[in-house]
This record gives sequence, structure tokens and C-alpha cells, in this order.
Amino acid sequence: MLEIKNMNTYYGNIQALHDINISVKQGEIITLIGANGAGKTTTLMSMSNVVTPKQGEITFLGEQLLTKKPDDIVKMGLIHVPEGRHIFPYLSVMENLDLGAFLRNDKAGIKKDLDHVFELFPRLHERRNQQGGTLSGGEQQMLAISRALMAQPKLLLLDEPSLGLAPIIVRQIFDIIKRINKENGTTIFLVEQNANLALKVADRGYVMENGHITLEDTADNLLANEDVKKAYLGI
Amino acid sequence: MEYFLELFLGGLTRGSIYALIALGYTMVYGIIQLINFAHGEIYMIGAFTALIFASVLSILGWPALAIFVVATAAAVLYSSAYGYTIEKIAYTPLRNAPRLSPLISAIGMSLFLQNYVLLAQTSDFLPFPQLIPDFEFMEPISHIFSSAELAIVLTTVIVMLLLTYYIKFTNMGKAMRATAQDKTMALLIGINVDRVISVTFIIGSSLAALGGVLIANHIGQVNFYIGFIAGIKAFTAAVLGGIGSIPGAVLGALILGWTESFATGYISSDYEDVFAFGLLVLILIFRPAGLLGRSETKKV
Repeated sequence: MLEIKNMNTYYGNIQALHDINISVKQGEIITLIGANGAGKTTTLMSMSNVVTPKQGEITFLGEQLLTKKPDDIVKMGLIHVPEGRHIFPYLSVMENLDLGAFLRNDKAGIKKDLDHVFELFPRLHERRNQQGGTLSGGEQQMLAISRALMAQPKLLLLDEPSLGLAPIIVRQIFDIIKRINKENGTTIFLVEQNANLALKVADRGYVMENGHITLEDTADNLLANEDVKKAYLGI
Repeated sequence: MEYFLELFLGGLTRGSIYALIALGYTMVYGIIQLINFAHGEIYMIGAFTALIFASVLSILGWPALAIFVVATAAAVLYSSAYGYTIEKIAYTPLRNAPRLSPLISAIGMSLFLQNYVLLAQTSDFLPFPQLIPDFEFMEPISHIFSSAELAIVLTTVIVMLLLTYYIKFTNMGKAMRATAQDKTMALLIGINVDRVISVTFIIGSSLAALGGVLIANHIGQVNFYIGFIAGIKAFTAAVLGGIGSIPGAVLGALILGWTESFATGYISSDYEDVFAFGLLVLILIFRPAGLLGRSETKKV
């Protein structure tokens, strides 16, 4: 579904990503784990073409992404929930959700998806007229995921959905991520620092260090891998 | 009492013009955090475009009101084209540059446009024909509120209502608000941010052009320098109300208009600017974000 080949991304003269190769198959949950500053977020930003890689290629559903503008990429169904949630703070919950469907015109479909996210997160329905900036961190993460669902993702990129949230909320969010994958058949690419949690929901995983992919395996093997245990799982 | 009313209405007229220009400043600032110093020049170019069209059409013997409509439309179109082009030439290439660079580029653009009009036209004040006839129903109060002033206030009210509707309810309006609040996220939900910025410049320029034509018609003359003074005043109004806030720009403009009008009327016209900028200083001391501005709060 998604194929990244020999991708190199720079910030000015500084190379942030070195020869990244990642492949994602339809229906999978893939996780990318690694320490702070390893290049996980840059990898996602490169996929959405917010940061343009200097070399390499990204193919999504058979089409080259590097020559496409961010809005065309959204139109193709590659939807990105950035780190830090990025809720529009002075727009209501409803307006935030509406904007998720910005490029869609099918009124009936939008209504259906809206009902669906309210069913996933009843809390958002209660708060639908509240300004986004007044929500709690957990609610904002729910809203960020819901807004992405409103765009009908084929591939959903989630950047650190557990960041700064209470464990109980994290568990709830991860349950929903699994549900979205199972029930909607949405492919998920999950970037996490919480490696333990991420590897438990994922099918396969990549480990990133200093802008390089250093390991690639099934999630179960990575959970059992001694290096991974030491470096990321704290065991 | 009548004197008070005259000053009140005079201030309202002034405030309306300031509001039309201030909206351009505040909308552009809201979207790309740039003070577009060339904005006053757009207003001036609007007035000149209308003058040129009005001159030609009156030679052709058109009725005044028809000339007004066509000249205004032409001014809006020309100014929009200028606004769009300025953004593409002077600001787009500097989108990721340090914030000072586009600011200097804006000042350069402003000087360039002033001198361009100075060379193409003249440094003299040129008479602007009266295009809005004196309406009969305005006769009883025309000594304190002219038809031209009525046109200014009415146009401003209508434009504000349309703009509010546009920003609140249309897709492009929503995209504008989203872009103003979080540009990265706007990209990630598929908003074409470049287009939003262009549309913002076009709307701001149209409003300024409208202000330019209306004020030229009211005062009866134009000159290449009018954009500078009006621009500074409108910018003051935008800061007063809280730069980036649309209702703030209108509120700031009205307060500024009334301050100037009353200060001129009751104290001395020499002190007009002293009061205008004195008010700005006070507001900046006690409410640095402006009357309706938001101070930055970030949730982590």
C-alpha cells in the first residue's frame, strides 16, 4: 500500500533521515519506535510532504507522493494526526470535525462518519459546541483522531497519540485505534515512544535511531528482542 | 447637540473608512503574521483607478451613478490584482524567512508603489469628481451628514455583514480561520494554504479599494501620498482593536474615528493625531494584545 525507498530528508544542511525504507501493507498496524529526535516525526512529515525529502521515493496506492501537494495527498486518503494534536483552539469541536471533511462533498457520507465518531467517542458529542482549546488533553487527542476519521483515511498516520495522557486514557485511545483498524479496515502507521504499548497493538515494527532504521521485524519478535528490551522497554 | 451629532457622524464616517482598510491589515496579519505595509498603497491605487475610469466615462457622457458603479468595480478589480501580485512577488518567496525579511520587503513595496504612482501620475492633488449625487431625502440633514458620507457608512455596514457571513459559513471562510490558527494542521487536513493566503490578500485589497473610492468621492481629491497616512491610521486601528481580530479591527477603527473627530471638534484640529496615537499608547500599555486581541496561550 505504501512503499518508501531510500528516502533522505534534510533540514537545511542537516540530514535528518538516512536511506529510509519502509513498506506498509493494506490492513496492517505498523509501528515506528525510537527515542526523542530519532526522526520519527520527520518520517511522517515527509510522507505528508509537509517536509519534502531530497532523495528517494514514496509510493502510495501506486502513485508517487513526492510530486504531490499536501492537499492532494489528503485527497488520496493518507491522513496524518500530528504530534501534539493540533486542535484548532478557537473553533468548536463540531467545526474541527467539519474541517476534517474539508475536501469531501458527500453530505450523507459525512453525516454517517460524524455519527460514527460520536459513537466511538461519546464525550465529543457532549462537548460538540465547546471550543477546541478548552478540551482536556485526552479529549483533544480523541478529537484529533476523530477529525482524521472524518477525512475517510485509507492509511492513518498517528504521531505519539499517547503523549502526555493519563494511562487510562491511553488505553482507551489504543482500544479505539485497534477498533478503527478492525472495523473500518483502516491501515495504521503508529509512531510512539511508548514502545511497549505500540508493539502490543502492532503487527510489525520498525526501530529508528539517529535517522536510520536499525531494525525491522514482527511486533512479537521485537518485543522479545534483547536490544529492544534494553533500549526501549526498560526491561 | 447638533454639533455633537455632526462630530459623531463625522467620526462614524472616518471610522468606517479606517475599518475598510484595517480589515486588510488584520486579516493578512491573522493568516501570515505579516504587517503588509503596502496595504495603504492598495487603497491609493484603488482611488486612482476609479479616478481614471471616472474621467474617461464622464467624457463619454455617462450618468454619475453609473460611473460610480463601474469605476468602483474597476478599482476593486485592479487593487485585487495588485494585492495578489504583491503577495506573490514580495512575500511568497520569503514565506520561510525570518520575520523581519517580509516586513522589510513590505516597506520596500510600499515605497515602490508610491513612487510608481508619483511617476505615472503627478505629485499634485488631482480633483476627484463627485460621483454620488446629493440625495433629496438627505436634504434636511445634509449640512451635518452628506450623501457621500451616508454611502460610506452604508457600504461599510453591508461589507461587514457579508464578510462576517463569508468567514463564518463558507468553506473558504472556515479554511481561513483554520489557517490563521494552525497552518501546519491546515495543510494536513487538505487546505490549500497558498490559495487561502491569496484569497485573503484579494479580499483585503478589495475592501481597501472600496474605501479609497468612497473617500476620494467624499473629499474630492487624490494624491499619491494618501495611502501612507490612511494606512498608518488604519494600522493603528487594527492594533487598537487587537491585530488579527476582525471585529477588533472594526471596533478599533470606530473608536479611532470618534476620538479624532471629537478631539478635532472640541479641542483643536492640530491635536487630531496626538489623540489618535495617544490612545494607541494607552491601549498598548494597559491591554498589549489590543481591545479584542487574544494573548497567546499554549496548552502542552
